[in-house]
Amino acid sequence: MSLPSETEAPEPGIARRPVEIATALLLIGLAGLVLYDSHGRGAGWDGGPQNGFFPARVGWIFLAAALFILWQSFRRPDGVFVSYAQLRQVVRVLGPLVLFVALIQPLGLYAAAAAFILAFMAVVGTSRWWSILLTALLVPVVCFWIFELQFRVPLPKGPLEAALGY
Amino acid sequence: MDDFASLVAGFQVALSWHNVGFMAVGVILGIIVGVLPGLGGPNGVAILLPLTFGMDPTSAIILLSSIYWGALFGGAITSILFNIPGEAWSVATTFDGYPMAVQGKAAEALTAAFTASFIGALSGVVLITFVAPLVAQFALRFGPAEFFAVFLLTFCSFIGMGRENRAKIIASLCIGFLLAAVGLDSISGDLRMTFGSTELMRGFDFLIVVIGLFGVSEILLTVEEGLVFKGKQARIDLMVVLRTWAGLPRYWATLLRSAIVGMWMGVTPGGAIAASFMGYGLAKRFSRRGRNFGKGEIEGVLAPETAAHAAGTSALLPMLALGIPGSATAAVLLGGLLVWGLQPGPMLFVEQKDFVWGLIASMYLGNLAGLVIVLATVPLFAAIMRIPFSFVAPVILIVCAIGAYTISNSIFDIWLMLIFGVVGYVFKKLDYPLAPLILALVLGDRAEDAFRQALLGSGGSLGIFWANGLVTTLVVLALLLLCWGPAGDALAALRGRGRMAARAAE
Repeated sequence: MSLPSETEAPEPGIARRPVEIATALLLIGLAGLVLYDSHGRGAGWDGGPQNGFFPARVGWIFLAAALFILWQSFRRPDGVFVSYAQLRQVVRVLGPLVLFVALIQPLGLYAAAAAFILAFMAVVGTSRWWSILLTALLVPVVCFWIFELQFRVPLPKGPLEAALGY
Repeated sequence: MDDFASLVAGFQVALSWHNVGFMAVGVILGIIVGVLPGLGGPNGVAILLPLTFGMDPTSAIILLSSIYWGALFGGAITSILFNIPGEAWSVATTFDGYPMAVQGKAAEALTAAFTASFIGALSGVVLITFVAPLVAQFALRFGPAEFFAVFLLTFCSFIGMGRENRAKIIASLCIGFLLAAVGLDSISGDLRMTFGSTELMRGFDFLIVVIGLFGVSEILLTVEEGLVFKGKQARIDLMVVLRTWAGLPRYWATLLRSAIVGMWMGVTPGGAIAASFMGYGLAKRFSRRGRNFGKGEIEGVLAPETAAHAAGTSALLPMLALGIPGSATAAVLLGGLLVWGLQPGPMLFVEQKDFVWGLIASMYLGNLAGLVIVLATVPLFAAIMRIPFSFVAPVILIVCAIGAYTISNSIFDIWLMLIFGVVGYVFKKLDYPLAPLILALVLGDRAEDAFRQALLGSGGSLGIFWANGLVTTLVVLALLLLCWGPAGDALAALRGRGRMAARAAE
C-alpha cells in the first residue's frame, strides 16, 4: 500500500543541498586561511611581486568562486546526494580502508594488507571463508615478491617481517 | 627531411627487443587498468611511475605511454560488454556499443571500437610527428612572459570551453594552484602555507593527489552500485574482424570528422571526454542513419572512439612541445619526465632528440601492438570483469597505497591519499571537475615562476604582457576563450527567453 508513494519519492538518503553548502563553506574557510597566510607574509608589490602575491590573488578568485557556488546551491532544485543504501556500501569499503592505513605504521604494509582483505571481505560477506583466507595470504605474498624481491622497492615492514629475517 | 631521418632513428630505438617487450607489457597492463573500474589512465600511470625511476628514461616513457594506449583500448571493452564505462571517455561508446552487444553483435562492436581507436590514435600521432617539431621550434623564441601567456591560455580555455559549472571549474583550478603553492617557494626560498607543519614542507606531490582523486574515489563510487557486474559474452574470430574492416570505408566521413574534432580537443585541453561526446553528437547530427543512433548503430561506436583516441594522443603534443599537458594522464607523464631530469618543452627537441623521436616512434608501434593484443585477448579481459569485485577492490586499494607510499617513502602520504580519495568522492558527486585541479597542481608552480620571472625582467611592470605582438596575441586569445563560454551561455539564455516571449505572445 505504500507502493505509490515509493515510486514518487526518491530513495531515502542524504540531501544534496546541505552537502553542497557544507562544501562551499569549507572552500570559503580554505580561501580565508590562504588569504590570512599570504597577506601575513606579504602579498604586496615590492619592486616585483612578493612571495604571497600570487597565492593571495588566487585566494581572492577562489573566495569569489566559492561564494558564488554557495549562492547557487540555494537556487538549485534539491536532490539526493547519496542514498542510505549506497552510503552503507561506501562505508563498508571506507571503514576497512581506514583501518588498513592506520595499521601500516605498527604492523608494516604486508600484514596490514592481509588484515584489510580479511576485514573487507568479511564485511562484504559474499565469499566463502577459505577463499577469503587464501586471498588474504596470497595478495601480500605476491606484493612482497614483486616489490621487495623483484623491484627492490622498500615498503614499510613490521615485526612479522623482522621475525622472518627481512 | 631532417625530422624524417630523426623519426627513422627513433624507430630503431623503439624497435629494440627490450623496448618492444616493455611496449607489450605496458599495453597489457594498460588494458587491465582500463578494464578495472577504479583504475584509470591517470592513476594507473601514477601508481606505476615509481617503479620506473630506475629505468632508462626512453624505456620508462615507452612503458608508461603504452599503459596509456592500453587504457584507452580497455575502456571500450567494459563499455560494450558490460555497459559500464571503464573510463569516462568511453561513456559515449556505451550508447550504441551495448545495444549492439545485446543484439549479439558484440564482436563487431568491439572490432569497430578498437579499429576506430587505432585510427584516432594514428591521426593524433601523425599530427604530433609533423606539428610538434614546428611548435617546439616556434616556442624556442618564448621568454617567461610568453610562457605565462600560454599557461593563461590553457587555464582560460578550461574555463571557457568546459561543460561543467564554471564556478566549480574555477574553484577546482584555484585549489590546484593553492596546493601547488604549499611548501618551499623556489624563488624567494620562503615556506608558504605550511602553518608550522614539517610534513607540509615538501608540499603536495601531485601523484598522491592523482591516486587519491582518481583511484580511491573511483572505487568508492563503483561500490555504491553494488559489487556484482553482469556482462555479455564475446569472442572475436578473424572472419568477423575482416568483415567489419571491409565495412569501415563507408564511414570515412564520420571517422575523418571525429579524428579532426579529437585532435582539436586534445591540443586545446578540452580532453578526450569532451571529444568523445562531441564526436558522437556530430555523427548523430550529420549521419544519414542518425535516427538509429542509440539502438546499436556501428557508426555510433566509431565516432566517439575515434575522437577519444585522437584527443588522448594529441594531448601529448603540447606536453612535448611546450611542457603543457593537454589531459590529466599527460600531466602525470610530464611529472615522470621531470623526475627523470628531462624538462619538457621546446628545448627537449633540441637537447634530447633521441628521446623525443624514440617516444614518437613508440606511439606508432605501441598503438599497432595495442590493436593486435586487444583483438587477441578480449575474452581474457572480459573474464577479469567476472572476478567478484570483493576480490578486486582490496587489491586495487592496496596497490594505490603502495604507489602513494613509494613516491617519497612516507606513510603520511598514504593518509593524504585517503583524504583526497574522500574529497574526490564528494567532488565527483557534486560535479566539481577534477582534471583542472590536477593540471593547475602540475603547472601552478611553473606558471607562477614564469609570471614572476617575467616581472623581474621588466622591473615589475605589467606592460611586459603586451610588450610584443606574440605575447599580446596569446593574452588576447586567452581572454577571448575565457569569455567564449559565458558569452555562449548568455546568448542561449537570451534566445531561450525570446522563444518563451514568442510563445507567450501566441
